[in-house]
Amino acid sequence: MALKIEEIKNLIKESLPDAEISIEDLAGDENHYSATIKSKAFVGKSKIEQHKIVYKALKGKMGNELHALALTTMEG
Amino acid sequence: MNENINTKIKQILEKNEVCLFMKGTPDVPQCGFSMAITNVLKHLEVKFNGINVLDDNEIRNGIKTYSDWPTIPQLYIKSEFVGGCDIIKEMFEKGELQTKLSEKNISFKSK
Repeated sequence: MALKIEEIKNLIKESLPDAEISIEDLAGDENHYSATIKSKAFVGKSKIEQHKIVYKALKGKMGNELHALALTTMEG
Repeated sequence: MNENINTKIKQILEKNEVCLFMKGTPDVPQCGFSMAITNVLKHLEVKFNGINVLDDNEIRNGIKTYSDWPTIPQLYIKSEFVGGCDIIKEMFEKGELQTKLSEKNISFKSK
């Protein structure tokens, strides 16, 4: 049960079309990623709200298929 | 969600001013992310209670629904959900966690 970088990017892009996304596979195991995401959708939102937007975009995969995704969000 | 679990979580949060839902215990964290927050709190000498979600599957799932947050660890200060590992680390580095602790009247080592 692993998710590829492209799949993660596509899911985020579906919800946040303007997002600039960079994802790193930290352990090379398609299970521990670090993502930096910049989007206008984050403007004026708290960090918790920003991360929730990303989790929602991942449609329940976070914490399941996707074990670890370290997140850095930036207002676009 | 199951109301009993919701009530149980509220009671845990009321009893513990600084409460970390984590995998493992503060002395023996069983996940790197839980360890990271534990280390921040220990560094700041904040008195906190660690709730090991691995001991209780209902709490493990219940807390995710409670906060609408899909992952563990989760840090609560006076019943307010403050963040997961990434947010707490970032807040600590920027000094925002220390500000939050001050605002909530939680004692910690400032320097």
